[in-house]
Order: sequence, then structure tokens, then C-alpha cells
Amino acid sequence: MWRDAALVAGKDLRIEARSRVATNQVAPFAVLVLVLFGFALDPDRGILSRASAGLFWVAVLFSALLAVQRSFAIEAVDGGGDGLRLLGLDPAGIFMGKAAAVFVELAALELLLTLGVVVLYGVDLGGAALMVATAAVATLGLAAAGTVYGALSAGLRVRETLLPLLLLPVLAPVLLSATRAWEVALGTSVDDGWRWVQLLGVFAVVYVTFGLVGFGALMEES
Amino acid sequence: MAPAVQLRSVVALVGRFPALAGIDLDVAEGEVVLLRGPNGAGKTSVLRACAGLLAIVSGEASVLGHDLRRDRRSVRRLVGMLGHAGFLYDDLTADENVRFVAGASEPAGAHGGADARIGPVLARMGLGGRLGDVPVARLSAGQRRRVSIAALVVRRSRLWLLDEPHAGLDAEGRELLDELVREAVGTGATVLFTSHEGDRATALADRTVSMIGGQVQVRTSSPDEPRAAVHVA
Repeated sequence: MWRDAALVAGKDLRIEARSRVATNQVAPFAVLVLVLFGFALDPDRGILSRASAGLFWVAVLFSALLAVQRSFAIEAVDGGGDGLRLLGLDPAGIFMGKAAAVFVELAALELLLTLGVVVLYGVDLGGAALMVATAAVATLGLAAAGTVYGALSAGLRVRETLLPLLLLPVLAPVLLSATRAWEVALGTSVDDGWRWVQLLGVFAVVYVTFGLVGFGALMEES
Repeated sequence: MAPAVQLRSVVALVGRFPALAGIDLDVAEGEVVLLRGPNGAGKTSVLRACAGLLAIVSGEASVLGHDLRRDRRSVRRLVGMLGHAGFLYDDLTADENVRFVAGASEPAGAHGGADARIGPVLARMGLGGRLGDVPVARLSAGQRRRVSIAALVVRRSRLWLLDEPHAGLDAEGRELLDELVREAVGTGATVLFTSHEGDRATALADRTVSMIGGQVQVRTSSPDEPRAAVHVA
């Protein structure tokens, strides 16, 4: 499984590096979302600063949709999906590989967006451990759930419009938990941030498990 | 010796349409069998079913000793397919595409065996040197076809499933493909292919199977022997 996962992840990341869709389209889109939130909430910089955690994760969520769509769009060209099935790879390995590639792309994007909220919203970063832990676990959940639903919608003609409809409600707990945890880390809330990280962990475990067990069936149906 | 392909009353659906309507087919190991028939006869569906890409809803089917209805993944590891689609990633180079297939085809624990074959195979397909480092999106249709063939060759599959394999190739490419098929058969591989090429395909095949309406119509023992009706739909 791990060999197949590394193979698929390497292939997906190489394609993204070569096509530059992530750097030339997804990243600018995410930054644009932050800028537009800034326009909408300016001139009250206090609100912007207080809402920065939620705005950050909404931007990540939208970008995750693009990353997942892209991950399966590359399999839709020239019979790529059939080609991948024909290789007889372990479905759990394919799931892990595709989710890992999405994870890496989102993690890089989150670094960029963190810089964005600091510059655009004037946020003071604090609670680094909580921020990093939240980002890691939330990104794992986003990548795992996104890969599961990406496979589910991959074979459908209306996949581009269906995926957000399926995925956004499912990812609502990630948005909620990650936002609450980051609010604590950024000092705009006095809640117990690590409680929200635990919830994110449960979400990630559920979708990683579901993907490992059910991805083969999803691939056959797509 | 167990047949490489054995289909008994196999039914497979594309949507609700029975692309295979109770087909019976045997292909012996090491045999080269040509599937003939008009458009929509079910030739491609036979290949896709044998590759485990088209689900069989009833009947019995085995490929290389594996039950196609229960163990499609094992079958897929043993077959190579050249389809209408090239199964290539546009943004990867010819070398990277073939390397991906080679890496995926290596048994767990094996290291580098397939890698060593990549260079010579690409060179033989006329894709050596700088051409191997060009993303396949920038290659011509014929060159892309050659990359797909190179990917098929490095897999060293026991069953080759070729759907219109000569399509898109120039005269030299067609010769080369025939050569590769004969070499694969020489190493024990079985080949099941479709083609609308007249004499070239017949000359390559040990036997021709005619199909119509998702069933086998007529089968001949060899291109030189008189045709004998085996099953008429």
C-alpha cells in the first residue's frame, strides 16, 4: 500500500508542479478570496482581525474544492481513470497517494494564506503549537474527505457542480472546529482550543478509515 | 493447459445496454486472436471485460486463472491494454509516463528491473533522447500512441489486450508493433486484439473470431483454414 501511495502521490505532485495549476490558479484564487473579504469588511479593521480565523478557513475550504477537483480531473483525461485501475494498484494506496498530494498542496497554500492574513488583516500570530496542530489535523481531514468525495463524483458528467454540493456540507465540521481552535490560538477567544483539535482528529480518522476501506468500491463505481 | 481467457455465457452491460450478450470465448495461452466485427459488435467490450474494466453481470469468466467476477485486481496486474484512449498524463513526459507504469507494475520488493527496461524501450519506439523528456501533450498523435505502446511493453504483461493497435501509427510504427507482438508471444504472452486492418491483422493472428450483437458469430482455426461456424447469435 505504501509503495503504491508514494507512486501516486509522486505522480500527482509532479503533474501539479509541471502544470502549475496550483501555483498559477489555486493560490491566486485563495489570496483573492482573502482580499475580497478585506474589501467587504473594511474599513473596520477590528472586525477583520477578529474574523480572520474564519475567513482563513473559508478560503482554505474553497481552495480545497479546487485542489480535489483538479486531483480527479487529471484522471479524466485520456482514460487516466481506466489507466490507473488497469495498473492493479492497491485502492487504499491510491487513496493515500491522492490524499497525500492534496494534503501537501493545501499545506503549502495555508502557509501562503497565513502570510496573507498577517499582511492583509493585521493579525498577530500567537499560539504557534495550536495553530500548527490545528492546520495539520484539519488539512488531513480536508484531504481525506475531499479524496473520498472526489472519487464519488469523478465518473459523473456533472462532477464539477456536484462536488461542492456534496463536499461543503461534509466539511462544515472542519470549518467550525478549525476556526474555533485558531480563534483561541490568535487570542480572539478563550475557549479550550485543543478540544477542537480532538474533534478535527476524529473527523480525520473517520474519513481516512473510510477512504482506506471504501476507495476501491468508489473507484469501481466511478 | 488452462486457457488464458475463458468466457462462458458472459453478459456485460454498458449502461442498460447488453454490450456482451452471453458470449462464449476461449483463448489459449500464447495464442494471438483477432476479434472482428462491425462497429458495436462488442469487440472493445470483450477487451474491457477481460481487463476487468467492464463489470460482468452474469456468466463465468476467468483470465489467466483468476475469476474476473471476484478478483479483478489480480487480473489487472497481469494484463496490459492498449485502448482508444492512451492512458497517458498530458503534463508528464514520455519517460515519466512510462516510468510510472513500470513502477506500478513491478512486484512488491522488486527494485529497478522495470526501470532498466525503460530507456531501451523508449529508444526502440523512437522516443529516445530529448523526445522522451517532452510532456506528451506536445507530442503528435502517433508519438503519443508510441508512448502508450512503450508503457504496454515495459509492463511485460501475460495478456495483451489491443484495441485497434495500429491506429494512428505510420508504416514503420505498424511494423514495429507487429514485431513487438510477435516478441511478446515468443516470451509466452497471449494477445487478444481488434482491428479493422485487413491483411496485416489477419497475418498477425493465429485465429480470427467474428462478433456481432455482443456474441461470437464465426470462428476460424487459422487464417488459412476454412471458416467453421461455432456459434451463431
